[in-house]
Amino acid sequence: MSARESILAAVLSNQPPTSALPDIDAFKGTEQDIVSGYRKVFASIGGQVFTVKSLSEINYLIQENFDVSLRIITTLPALHQSGDGIELLSAEVSPHSYEDIELAVLEAELAVAENGAVWLPEQRMGQRIIPYICQHLAVVVPAERIVPTLHEAYEKIGVGDYGFGAFIGGPSKTADIEQALVLGAHGPISMTVFILEEPEKSVAEQ
Amino acid sequence: MEKALKDHAALAEEFIKDEERVDWHDGALWWIRQKRDIAAKNIPEWEALREAASQIKSNVLSNLHDYLLEFEANAQKNGITVHWAADAEEHNAIVYSILKAKDINQLVKSKSMLTEECHLNEYLIERGVDVINSDLGEYIQQLDNEPPSHIVLPCIHKRKEEIGAIFHEHLGTEKGVSDPTTLTRFARRHLRNVFVTRRAALTGVNFAVAETGEYVVCTNEGNADMGAHLSEVQISSMGIEKIIPKKKHLGVFLRLLARSATGQPITIYSSHFKKPRQGQEMHLILVDYGRSRQLGRPDFRDSLKCIRCGACMNTCPVYRKSGGLSYHNTISGPIGAILAPNLDMRKHADLPFASTLCGSCSNVCPVKINIHEQLYKWRQVIVQEGYAANTKVMGIKAMAWTLSSPASYARIGKAGRWVLNNIPFAVNNKFNPWYKQREMPDGSKGSFGEWYAKNGRNEEEGKQPETTQTPDVPLTDKHHER
Repeated sequence: MSARESILAAVLSNQPPTSALPDIDAFKGTEQDIVSGYRKVFASIGGQVFTVKSLSEINYLIQENFDVSLRIITTLPALHQSGDGIELLSAEVSPHSYEDIELAVLEAELAVAENGAVWLPEQRMGQRIIPYICQHLAVVVPAERIVPTLHEAYEKIGVGDYGFGAFIGGPSKTADIEQALVLGAHGPISMTVFILEEPEKSVAEQ
Repeated sequence: MEKALKDHAALAEEFIKDEERVDWHDGALWWIRQKRDIAAKNIPEWEALREAASQIKSNVLSNLHDYLLEFEANAQKNGITVHWAADAEEHNAIVYSILKAKDINQLVKSKSMLTEECHLNEYLIERGVDVINSDLGEYIQQLDNEPPSHIVLPCIHKRKEEIGAIFHEHLGTEKGVSDPTTLTRFARRHLRNVFVTRRAALTGVNFAVAETGEYVVCTNEGNADMGAHLSEVQISSMGIEKIIPKKKHLGVFLRLLARSATGQPITIYSSHFKKPRQGQEMHLILVDYGRSRQLGRPDFRDSLKCIRCGACMNTCPVYRKSGGLSYHNTISGPIGAILAPNLDMRKHADLPFASTLCGSCSNVCPVKINIHEQLYKWRQVIVQEGYAANTKVMGIKAMAWTLSSPASYARIGKAGRWVLNNIPFAVNNKFNPWYKQREMPDGSKGSFGEWYAKNGRNEEEGKQPETTQTPDVPLTDKHHER
């Protein structure tokens, strides 16, 4: 008997009588103060938040806050066109070629007020490695895409048409040495969120 | 392998020799427990979430056969190669064969308690494969040739000066450097080079969704993703109990996991792996290794609900004061003590006794495993099966005999009081394990029975009870006397 057959047979003979799944549809957050709630939580996990009205404002903040002499990439064509020296990310090249990225600017599909995380399916990462390998990560979050909790987030994501996706909630961190918090373990040292308060359009569509 | 022969009490005795370390360890873990409490209290429906998570896991265990098949079919549809391993040896052989087929002799691993259980690193190293644990805590433990002492905080038992010395010895950092940020930055640079040069990466699995065939890996450091997304071969190992039925159930578990573990609202990265990257191979190994047997033990099957948050360890007074390595098992603490006897009852017979049965573990468990009740039940099974230590069995028998006869109980009580008052050196010596870290008290003048016979009746007749006679004082705890 193969391992598969023997494991399945043992599981079948040992599993208890069926126990029903609970109804979890009642779990929901509140829409109240959702943007300010998000800002508060994201700051508490070591992130930086800016509320902006336009793409050019984002471009300005990038020039102000990051070392633009280094390599900066984005998945947003509009930002690439208007930004000085902001490279458009290619899905074609080897992921290893992005080892020297200083800043990556991506756009979130969703953000969760309760835990500060943004949802990035791989299409919005450009390449899977991008939000991890960059030294600094910036994510544009259109305000209307912030949902209260993970329950609403998963409802919106549904099955999802992606090969890879991730909730990312803050800069990479570790406290493995004496519980002392250090930002920037293996992934980004900082994470910035630009909340775009301009309903109707996403940046990608501008 | 001297350590493997010692039981929890003997290993803990070594740990507690350094009193300052014990106090630090105790305090650090309690601090994390407090952060967990604050995070939990921020969620008004916390208790309802725990109940829902527990019920979802009950459903998983009752329908595991079908969920495994559903998950396998969907994962295969997604392009993932699914393997099955009955035990550690089979698991390790599968990993090795995947690497060998690609002529790969270097592997980077993110945190996976399962591969620790399977002793994968030793197996691969013996066959010429270089393995690096990339989680910082696990990396430190690997450099120091020790297993992790905590499932979430692998080197919580080490002080920063010790870690600095390990870095100095193995990585050539400057002598005496122990600042956590400096050491972390150094490891970051060193491991980046590892990530970009490894063709194969292995990760653990936190949740595998039957409905969609995808699996979720949670980390704070980003190491699982750094390895996986730069690899041409990605391997993930999971215990068969990690399945959840629907994707929406992730909402329940991800709200509970990090809050229970460290008090964070969510781990920094919750990565959902569904399909291989173009040009990449993705392998998933479903491992039984005793889990189906545990599923068949009605008193203990709920231990399989565990989502590996470590909350039971952080709250456990015995864990906090004895250290994770004293449990001589990959999964330490209360949950380890109810999982380990299933794997080897003789080897782990001591673990269910390494508990005060205070129940704090059950109270913080996000999936409501009745951990302390299972500890108590394991004790009974272990004694019945003849695996308990002789001293324990004799003690239990002597206690049973004493308590079964009121006359012998009174006689022995009197004798004990006489000994404490007249020849205290007979018990205040190193041959009495109760004397360790404690002073034995003075014996009281009479038994409670005698006191009650005299004063209890007086009270009923409306007289003042005699209060000059003090009841037995609790044993003084030397450890806290300072």
